[in-house]
Amino acid sequence: MTTLPFYAQMINLCAALLLLLAFAMLTQRRIVSLINLFAAQGVVLVLSTLVVAYSTDQSHLYYSALLTLVLKVLLLPWIMHRLIRALNVRWDVETLINIPATMLIGIVLVIFAFNLATPISQIAGTVTKSTIGIATACILLAFLMMITRRKAVSQVIGFLAMENGLFLAATSATYGMPMVVELGIALDVLVATLLFGVFFFHIRETFESLDIHHLEKLKER
Amino acid sequence: MELLLVLGVPFAGGILLGFWGHRGFAPELNSGMSMLTFLAAAGLTARIITDGPILVWDEMFFVDSFNVFLVALTAFVALTTSLFSRPYMRIELDHGKLTPIRLRLYHSMYQMFSFTMLLALLTNNVGILWVAMEAATLTTVLLVSLYRTPASLEAAWKYFILCSVGLAQALFGTILLYFAAEKVLGPGGTALLWTHLNAVKGQLEPTVLGLAFVFLLVGYGTKVGLAPLHNWLPDAHAEGPTPISAVLSGLLLNVALYAVVRTKVLVEGALGTHFAGNLMMGFGLLSVVVAAFLLSHQKDVKRLFAYSSVEHMGLMTFAFGMGGALATFAGLLHMTVHSLTKSAIFFAVGHAAQKSGTQIIADIRGLIDSNPTIGWGLMLGSLAILGAPPFGVFASEFMILTVAMHEHPWATPFLLVALGVAFAAIFGKVQPMVFGTATMPRLPQRPALIPVFVHLALVLLLGLYIPPYLADWYRQAAQLIG
Amino acid sequence: MNITSGVVFQVLQSVLVLLIAPLMLGWVNQCRAWLQNRSGAGIWQPYHVLHKLFHKDAVLAHNASPLFRATPYILFGCMWLAVGIVPVLATSLPFAPAADVIALVGLFALARVFVSLAGMDVGTSFGTLGARREMMIGFLAEPAMLMTLFTASLISHSTSLATIVETLGQREFVIHPSMAFAAVAFLMVLLAENARIPIDNPSTHLELTMIHEAMILEYSARHLALIEWAAGLKLTAYITIGFAIFMPWGIARAGDWVGMPIALAALVLKLAAAGAGLALLETLSAKMRIFRAPEFLGTAFLLATLGMLTHFLLET
Repeated sequence: MTTLPFYAQMINLCAALLLLLAFAMLTQRRIVSLINLFAAQGVVLVLSTLVVAYSTDQSHLYYSALLTLVLKVLLLPWIMHRLIRALNVRWDVETLINIPATMLIGIVLVIFAFNLATPISQIAGTVTKSTIGIATACILLAFLMMITRRKAVSQVIGFLAMENGLFLAATSATYGMPMVVELGIALDVLVATLLFGVFFFHIRETFESLDIHHLEKLKER
Repeated sequence: MELLLVLGVPFAGGILLGFWGHRGFAPELNSGMSMLTFLAAAGLTARIITDGPILVWDEMFFVDSFNVFLVALTAFVALTTSLFSRPYMRIELDHGKLTPIRLRLYHSMYQMFSFTMLLALLTNNVGILWVAMEAATLTTVLLVSLYRTPASLEAAWKYFILCSVGLAQALFGTILLYFAAEKVLGPGGTALLWTHLNAVKGQLEPTVLGLAFVFLLVGYGTKVGLAPLHNWLPDAHAEGPTPISAVLSGLLLNVALYAVVRTKVLVEGALGTHFAGNLMMGFGLLSVVVAAFLLSHQKDVKRLFAYSSVEHMGLMTFAFGMGGALATFAGLLHMTVHSLTKSAIFFAVGHAAQKSGTQIIADIRGLIDSNPTIGWGLMLGSLAILGAPPFGVFASEFMILTVAMHEHPWATPFLLVALGVAFAAIFGKVQPMVFGTATMPRLPQRPALIPVFVHLALVLLLGLYIPPYLADWYRQAAQLIG
Repeated sequence: MNITSGVVFQVLQSVLVLLIAPLMLGWVNQCRAWLQNRSGAGIWQPYHVLHKLFHKDAVLAHNASPLFRATPYILFGCMWLAVGIVPVLATSLPFAPAADVIALVGLFALARVFVSLAGMDVGTSFGTLGARREMMIGFLAEPAMLMTLFTASLISHSTSLATIVETLGQREFVIHPSMAFAAVAFLMVLLAENARIPIDNPSTHLELTMIHEAMILEYSARHLALIEWAAGLKLTAYITIGFAIFMPWGIARAGDWVGMPIALAALVLKLAAAGAGLALLETLSAKMRIFRAPEFLGTAFLLATLGMLTHFLLET
């Protein structure tokens, strides 16, 4: 096996870090730590995008990295921190299935994602094609996190982490979507987070708590 | 330019109503904006009929016969719904369920919602299509929870989470599509333009497109309400205000299906096999069957008709999945008549629920006696949606069944049984609502039922006689879809 | 390389590590004291303790079996053998073919079995409690350890420590994400197996919170001395295995007298850094409740598996 050039190693390292952070989010109980992990994911994404931009001379990726920095490292975590301070939620209750079982399911999902992504990476032409599998795995892990959490705030962070995975998939398979689309997606994510914030206040007002079990009464009668 | 008006008017309306939506004249302003949008859409339609498909503004917007008829339909139903919502929301305000501030949110989001739907229909860029779909979800989320009851918050939360997750899958599918397109068309904006993709669809990588289609179908299919991803639909329709249920059912589901069909055209061209169509047929059939059997358990009248929407969207997906000129024609016709009928039903049901103060079927009785217009509107609407001749739904369902019997006979028993079960369920529940002894007070304001009868009249017309230009129009659109 | 220089290197390594194991323990404790703003007992304290213990009379329970008496010697022997064959100072030692990572894991497991049996031997409740807990930790830590070692061996295509050291030491510096994952997992297993915070507090006197200490409550004098020394040897063994796999620079080849001082200096530096790092980790964390230990070790297993998966995805 020939050794990869340095920038390719850096990209692989960033991707592996992202996967590690995605798992760490699965196992965290404190919501403050979740938001910090999400911000850390944003930092790693920015780093990885910058390395790709530098090594492949795609100048639009610099703007993309700047957008990610502003949105996912600064703005969104700040909004979330303010929200949880206002709502006074610090801890999650126990997750739906215990943590070791969640981690095992996570491993299975990672294997599934790697298998899913292999045909795509084989025909990709970018320098980052091996990270498509990791991006898919991050998306699936964020999805698992959304399903197994009981507090509404953690579900929202899972949703945002899923967007991170999608961004990584876009930049690793195709050097990023066209700027206009990326701006649109960023706007959607921002508005969605703000709406979630408004929502939490409404939920808290009505149910005095942000536990999702209050939101499961509408069933098939 | 008509396109500028079609998009600009609702957007401007949203901003204006954001300031003035709580004033007394807000519902009239809302209707006025929708009227302008409709006139612009009619103008655009006329231009397309005479000039053929057009590509505007640096190829960012593409209008052909498929989406222009949907644009016209969307603008029309938005207009009639805004006319309906004038007295309806005033009555809700009177009953104390809403405050003027919330009405401001309602009116401005209503216009923004129209804007996002029209943007999704008119854009040529598959990425912007996704952005517009997500924006459409975002504008309606707060509207579903407008009444701030626990049930409506739950419905809005489910709607938000399920649709956002679904749309995230669709984004992944879009990324995969861009990935495949980039190899052929090169990086940059052109690889996301549908017209370009359509031109090179034979050269796109089959495995990637197949995978992309699965994600796009699951993603946009969540918004269409295909089973098993339909869980948000009954709750959102039942707990939101009636005008929102009407536009969700009548318009948003259509736009999502439009997104699926556009993608299907690309994928069929790339794969050459019937993979995409088979997937659509499978999901469609599942939706029809699941919805039909869940219909008989429903106790809430809006949930009942929400499941009916799931069933009909399943039927449309099945029709588009089958492919071919006749099935696609039937699918397009069904889109139109379902949209008109379902919104008419929701208008009638909305006023009925207002009169009786409840949405539970068992508690609404004797509508014909207390308010004949509502009663007849509901009766005729239910008959129409169940496919009774001579309404238009009968024509499209008949065509779909015929094609199914010719080409996919295994599916026909399921469809027939499901349609039969649905007929029994809905008719059995609506009949006591409409007839029976009445115990309900009069409404403080006159209900707006002209929209109901206008819609039903159109559906009747389409059932009896499809004007030749309309038929041509459908045929052209069907050809584009393949 | 001829046989004599190999044997000399082997003996040198074994004796050296035997002598510095208590110093390692003392260094960790002293660092902890510095970090916690107390004046510690000095880095030579373990030697004083060993000296004191060896000069005492051993007291045994009436019903102590021969196993009870033999266990300290077995434990000491296992650990000394393990440390002797890990390439601490040099590779290509005469015992090196035995230094297969799986064999090492088996050696540690053997020691654990004996000490657990000895804990239950006398029939006290604390001994049994400690033995059960130790077995639970061991049962969870072993898969994680094995997975970490598999990941490490995937790159050098061999499970022999000497080969791993040679392959990784000779290469240019490459960032392997799989090794990063495996390193974190190895660290977690190290903490668990050596009874360090956050799994077990080595300086606790509360029997109900003990895991390792509870098993050896009944031992005294020379037996206790051997067990304490073996604990130091185990810690040194783990640290040197960790360095051999993840940072194998500075290890000489046997017979290479010139590289010897460099290897010695590198070893001292590595052990000092590792000791300080361990003390820092212990100071920053708190002891976990025992039922959280499966989560901790589950995370270690998971990281190791992730490392293996990322190796297959990113590095082949």
